Amino acid sequence: MGMKPIMGQGEFVTTRLDSLINWSRKYSLFQYPFVTACCGMEYMASNASHYDQSRFGAEIPRFSPRQADVLWVVGTINHKIAPVLLRVYEQMAHPKWVISFGACASSGGFYQNYSVVQGIDRLIPVDVYIAGCPPRPEAVLDGIVALQNLIAERGPTGTSGKNPRQTKEVLTLSRQ
Amino acid sequence: METKQAENTTQPQEIPKLTALVLEKFPGRVTARHTCLGDETITIPREGMLEVFAFLRDDKHCRFNLMVDLTAVDYLGLRETRFELVVHLKSLALGHRLRVKIPVPAEDPSVDSLINLWGAVDWYERECFDMYGLIFKNHPNLKRLILYDSFVGHPLRKDYPIHLQQPRVTLRPVRERYDYMCRVMKDPSETEQPPL
Repeated sequence: MGMKPIMGQGEFVTTRLDSLINWSRKYSLFQYPFVTACCGMEYMASNASHYDQSRFGAEIPRFSPRQADVLWVVGTINHKIAPVLLRVYEQMAHPKWVISFGACASSGGFYQNYSVVQGIDRLIPVDVYIAGCPPRPEAVLDGIVALQNLIAERGPTGTSGKNPRQTKEVLTLSRQ
Repeated sequence: METKQAENTTQPQEIPKLTALVLEKFPGRVTARHTCLGDETITIPREGMLEVFAFLRDDKHCRFNLMVDLTAVDYLGLRETRFELVVHLKSLALGHRLRVKIPVPAEDPSVDSLINLWGAVDWYERECFDMYGLIFKNHPNLKRLILYDSFVGHPLRKDYPIHLQQPRVTLRPVRERYDYMCRVMKDPSETEQPPL
């Protein structure tokens, strides 16, 4: 899927506009790291030169949700911080995607008690779950590639669905 | 442990140094005691506990100028008095330690605040209030330290339901979405619109 280049004698490429845009989207993923726990160390490791996420165009962390495409939720999310995460997600501009990094963000991990949200998909839609406690950097790179494939396949919505409608609903939920 | 306690009961004359000081100053105030690896533990009633702590801080043989830890234990169903406040003290000048325990009944879970003796107990007492619901009398700012204000109850009490969560935002249903993700994993060319 995605771009199907046909290299001709005169050096030209034919494609559809959507595919071209998705192709450029998937190689310029600006990230917003929402780091709350020890997975952050592994996130830094996979972002540093040894594993080098920038090879996949997913290099620069933006510490403003307005400038980010991908929300990385890295670490344990508890009920106290849940409204903050929701707010950051709402502040991101479309198109946007969410990666759930590690066991705690994906499912609550080994915490099942009074304080921890049992997976961030109880709060916001998630596109890619990366397993591990913490995940190996290889798993993180695999997650990035999975997200890129998803963008190429499904365009700006990802698995987050029709985002404008959905964000409206999330907004009303959070204000209750 | 058992042999040690047996030794303590059969040889009451061997009272360790710090316990002896407290016993001498406040006869009959120590309701239980033991030592373990050279560190002494005494149990005192909560009535008049401030006197004892002031003595421990100021006496020239005690000089406990450092409050190391303050926490509580919930002995629900195990003991008659449900809670126990545990304070760890250390003397930086003399190098010794002492653990002081104060039983607190469930009907009136209040104790005197140590804030006027050690300023460091401020957040410890707030955390203790947050987690166990102990009321520290005369604490200047006794509100929750860690949990949010809308939280009901005290989670480290043994009668707090183990899986009870109190979300601050309405949680999304996840089952439909999980099924959808399973379909997409099987067939990435799925064109159906995903659920919320």
